[in-house]
Amino acid sequence: MSKHTPALGNERRRSFRFGYKTKREMPLHFMLLPGLVLILIFAYIPMVGVTIAFQNFIPLKGLFGGQEWVGLDNFDYVFSMPTIWQVVWNTLRIAALKIVAGLVVPIAFALLLNEVRNVLFKRTTQTIIYFPYFLSWIILGGILIDILSPSTGIVNKFLGWLGIGPIFFLGENAWFPYTMVVSDIWKTFGFNTIIYLAAITSIDPSLYEAAAADGAGRWKQTWHVTLPGMHMIIVLLMVLSLGTVLDAGFDQIFNLYSPQVYESGDIVDTMVYRMGLQQTQFGPSTAVGLLKSLVSFLLISTSYLIAYRLFKYRLF
Amino acid sequence: MLLRQTRGQKIFSVFNYALLTLTAVLCLLPLIHVIALSFSDNAAVSGGLVTLWPVRFTWEPYAYVLERSAFWKAFGVTLQRAALGTAVNVLLVILLAYPLSMSGEKLRARTLYVWIFFFTMLFNGGLIPTYILIKEIGIMDTLWALVLPGAVTVFNLILMLNFFRQVPEELEDSAMIDGAGHWRTLWQIYVPISTPAIATITLFCVVGHWNAWFDGLIYMRDAAHYPLQSYLQTIVVKFDFQTMSATDAQRLAQLNDRSVKAAQMVVAAVPILLVYPFLQKYFVSGIKLGSVKG
Repeated sequence: MSKHTPALGNERRRSFRFGYKTKREMPLHFMLLPGLVLILIFAYIPMVGVTIAFQNFIPLKGLFGGQEWVGLDNFDYVFSMPTIWQVVWNTLRIAALKIVAGLVVPIAFALLLNEVRNVLFKRTTQTIIYFPYFLSWIILGGILIDILSPSTGIVNKFLGWLGIGPIFFLGENAWFPYTMVVSDIWKTFGFNTIIYLAAITSIDPSLYEAAAADGAGRWKQTWHVTLPGMHMIIVLLMVLSLGTVLDAGFDQIFNLYSPQVYESGDIVDTMVYRMGLQQTQFGPSTAVGLLKSLVSFLLISTSYLIAYRLFKYRLF
Repeated sequence: MLLRQTRGQKIFSVFNYALLTLTAVLCLLPLIHVIALSFSDNAAVSGGLVTLWPVRFTWEPYAYVLERSAFWKAFGVTLQRAALGTAVNVLLVILLAYPLSMSGEKLRARTLYVWIFFFTMLFNGGLIPTYILIKEIGIMDTLWALVLPGAVTVFNLILMLNFFRQVPEELEDSAMIDGAGHWRTLWQIYVPISTPAIATITLFCVVGHWNAWFDGLIYMRDAAHYPLQSYLQTIVVKFDFQTMSATDAQRLAQLNDRSVKAAQMVVAAVPILLVYPFLQKYFVSGIKLGSVKG
């Protein structure tokens, strides 16, 4: 029977349908099983594995094999490190700059592209600006290292023609964070522009007609129709980006930083990597990772909660 | 008044086209420069003569790259992981999205299941516990280490789920009345209808696997088992960093290496370029499906 059976019918059958319903659901449980097992192993066991943060972890003994508990020693150790707050600051700074630039630049471009009447030009521009999004940070990093080199890079050669002395974009602390922000925009702004353009195209055209009838020019139409029409998606993405303030971009920074720029460019994730996998300090490294996960958990939960309250936004 | 407006509009239009063109060109220039490097003669590259067009055109760097067995080996690993990984990803996404797209009435444990998956987006164990786990279950240095940890992608699951929700329920109900069970309904009704969504997700997965490098770097003990991007990481990125702070004299000795690196990057980017038209077609609809639903 279809589920559109009137409520009365359902009521009447419920008592003896229970067993039937369970049986009817069985295939659904089976479908979920493989994914469930994988996610329990690869997502939930590591969640339990954060106990490493409270242990003097010796890999040979195994994840659940009688490790020595050391309380908060690993945390004490981490917070006694002279660089820890610098790393936290670097992370917040780079992430915040990326969030702001990642909102402003794509919105501006979506608005500008929206004014373009020539369809071919519009499409070509879109095609070009969001291509870098699909290249890995290995390739983009390799390109940046080449073009930004102070001795051979084409960027510095060009600056040289303008009389600007070679700038070591990737090797100077004054430049490194901004190089990260700008190159991140290079990779992502085209993609985000598409999201905002999609929001613009869903604005009711009659609103523009009404505004035009009231004597509003293009500028006023943008200000009073387009931007308000986008406000929901803008606020939504702003809220959701709250969850990423501790993600300064591991893939990018790991491939572009060097010891000279640790002072301005070392972030929580790169520090966790070096401590954990290069120096095999599993306990302290996991402690840092756990703190990051916990703070992120709070931030992401809050952002989803706000998004849900404001827009009834939900993922599932 | 009217005249001034159109004039203002004209000025704006010119400015707008100019700005957009400039930006698009700026986005593209680094890529063009690297392509030009990869096709240029050693002397031209070290002489700094190459800008946006190959100088003294040569295939040499490509010949060098394509002769290296390490490159092909890494290429092969990437093909394998992309094929196996994508198959697993897509199959799982379909199997998970179908039950989870149901109402709580049809699958009473739905809320519990959804929370199990949703929670992984809120909290994760982090790098070290995951690394230790991979090590302990003995899949280190195998293809499975590159496939299984990311087998369930919750983001793609949400995309698929939203697509399945748009399938008219009458269709499902009529299939059920005809005696089809859940399995048949899924394969014979949901899957054929959802080809665009499945294509989108397949592309997401292929590109994801193609571009993944970190897992290869940490889970493969033997560099001979590196996928392409991990291999490139050690050659194009890491290697250069050691030389970066060194003196110009040392740099000069390595200059001929620039075209070789460029050629490797171009070869690694070509497959992305090939699927790009499809990516474009499906990504936009995918994005709209996913993030803009509000």
